[in-house]
Amino acid sequence: MSDATLQADRARPPVSPFVERLKERLFPTPLSGLLSALGIAAALWIAFVLIRWAFLDATFTGTPEDCQQTTGACWAVISARWRLMFFGLYPYELHWRSGIAGLILIAVIVASCVPVFWSATRLALLWVVSFALFWIIMHGGVFGLETVTEEKWGGLTLSIFIFCGTALVGMPLAIVLALLRRSRYPLVAKVAAVLIDTVRSLPLVTILFTVSILLPILMPDMPLSKISRVILGMALFFAAYQAEIIRSGIQSLPVGQEEAAKALGLGYWHRMTRVVLPQAFRRALPPTISQFAISFKEVALVIIIGVFDFLASGNAAYGSGEWAFTYVEVYVFLAFVYFLFVFSLSRYGAYLERRMRVGK
Amino acid sequence: MTSYRRTRAFWIQVAAGLALIVAVVLLVRAAQTSLAAQGVTSGFGFLQRSTGWDISFSLIPYTISDPYWKVLLAGLLNTLFLGVIGLALASVLGVIVGTLRTANNAVLNAFGTTYVEVLRNVPLILQAFFWYAVFTHLPRPKQALVLADAVVLSSRGIYLPGMNISASAGMIGGALILAGVILALVLSLLPRPTLARRRMLPRLSRIALFGGFGLGVLVMLLGKEAGMPLLNVAELKGLRFDGGVRISPEFAALLVAMSLYGGAYLGEIIRAGFMSVSRGQIEAAKALGLTTWQVFSRVRLPMALRAVLPTLTNQYVWLLKATTLGIAVGYSDFFLVISTSINQSGQTVELILILMAGFLIMNNVLAGIMNFINRRIALRGTQLRT
Repeated sequence: MSDATLQADRARPPVSPFVERLKERLFPTPLSGLLSALGIAAALWIAFVLIRWAFLDATFTGTPEDCQQTTGACWAVISARWRLMFFGLYPYELHWRSGIAGLILIAVIVASCVPVFWSATRLALLWVVSFALFWIIMHGGVFGLETVTEEKWGGLTLSIFIFCGTALVGMPLAIVLALLRRSRYPLVAKVAAVLIDTVRSLPLVTILFTVSILLPILMPDMPLSKISRVILGMALFFAAYQAEIIRSGIQSLPVGQEEAAKALGLGYWHRMTRVVLPQAFRRALPPTISQFAISFKEVALVIIIGVFDFLASGNAAYGSGEWAFTYVEVYVFLAFVYFLFVFSLSRYGAYLERRMRVGK
Repeated sequence: MTSYRRTRAFWIQVAAGLALIVAVVLLVRAAQTSLAAQGVTSGFGFLQRSTGWDISFSLIPYTISDPYWKVLLAGLLNTLFLGVIGLALASVLGVIVGTLRTANNAVLNAFGTTYVEVLRNVPLILQAFFWYAVFTHLPRPKQALVLADAVVLSSRGIYLPGMNISASAGMIGGALILAGVILALVLSLLPRPTLARRRMLPRLSRIALFGGFGLGVLVMLLGKEAGMPLLNVAELKGLRFDGGVRISPEFAALLVAMSLYGGAYLGEIIRAGFMSVSRGQIEAAKALGLTTWQVFSRVRLPMALRAVLPTLTNQYVWLLKATTLGIAVGYSDFFLVISTSINQSGQTVELILILMAGFLIMNNVLAGIMNFINRRIALRGTQLRT
């Protein structure tokens, strides 16, 4: 740098670092600056159109006729049909039970994200107790609660229940599969590998199809209900993916860890539960969370085999004659609810990843 | 290992193997008894029976008197058709989104991020339903939207301009273009042990690509039907459109949903690839005097693609599996055809086996091709050696 530029630099009035950074990120070169300007204009225009549609010109309550007089969104369909979307065909006067049961499961999901519960016993206890509680409130039949059978469950509560059931059954299964695949007996490892790879290369719908249509034909006197079969199928699929995540966590550990545990005379069971798995889980936590997020979205596929989940009840909410024109509003609402769940999960995963990088 | 432990390992495996065999045999026996009790004849003989039902879309000629194997083949081709176009569109979108997210411009970053976060966090099947509702709620044919006098948007489908050429000319021309593309790809991936081959192969590959394309176009032009304009734009005839190429709402909905959703995931993968290219590489390219576009197309993109190809393979396999959503909107993909066949013929076990075998083969072939490309384009050691 020459003396002249140094002089010029010194002569320039101090600019706040924020403005400086903004300038650098928005207008580094003339072309980039032009793109920024166009982009900001486009974003403002899109935001204006969206806000006008979703809020300014929207109808929030009323009848389909009220909606058709305005050009904006017809949120009235949500206020008219939200119970159907959240609770499905659950008896109307008992909706509070479905609501509380759903909130319990959401609370379990949130609690599982708090490090206080991160031990196998605490997590198992938390999930089993909450599931018992869920079953009592949702199914009833005890404590003077009227029995509501599984065929009447539906809506968002059912979607969350299938997701939680998948996690509850799938996680232990994933650990078992991961350990089997790493077994020192070649035959066992091979069988586990074939099972995992086969399930992973099949589309989830084919597995759902198998459990919902094929199983009853092959074993007509099987005592499992449709929902539990769906959960089993989803859990198998989840476990095949999660097993690979756990396995990669195990394989990323230094070999010395397991050898040291062996040298200390720990048996297989202790080596796995006290040394290998806790560390493997720690390392595999971010991909595990994103696998959960994927699973939550995949629950929506159960609509294909005729389970009345959140998406199916959303379809039903606008499908019947009078609200038929509100398909955009209903799907936007469904998407928003899914987004809340999946986005929070993935943000949480990103936060964990950052935190663990700092810890290293 | 002591001999005691070796014996123990042997017997444990024998026990595990026997338990597995017994379990499978018991399951099969139970299944056979219950199938026999329901009076289902097993076997693959039904594949020769005629179906008696039609499908909404097929690439090969198909009528209701055709046998089951043909309808399954049609479904398989439909899946591949949707899969190939969807993967290609998703890849293009992915590169655009990945570039936006790594651009040195906050506004472009924000657009990329918004796109990814909105589309990636909503279930694909919900997006497919949404687009299906949008495409079926387009104006009726009478009030259809016409863009640039060529593209027609209506609730009966989207009509693109077609060409007035004979069917055989179209097929041969299309096959020539496709053959050119495949030959060019294979030529550019062949090993190049000598300097002569390094010079020859890219040239041959280019000749194959342009030659195939030129010949294909020539055949199509020669096959033009006399006395008609080359382009065939859809026209309203009564309550429906005639001419042009119709894209059904089912196909359009699935394609749009798949490409947008896949684009979000692929964009993230490609972004990771861009970020893995070291700054030194880019600075070296700039120092050599390459233009911004050359730095992007000759250095950043090829390096990024090499870095992410294995991840990309997984995502491609995933997207190909996502074509099974055809059943949600009624596109006759492999899965929908199988499901209808099950309802019509009752051969549940056989058809589900075919379904699984079909996907295992498709996914493994796709993964095999991608792994082959990965091995071929991987940079080995230093690039100075020939």
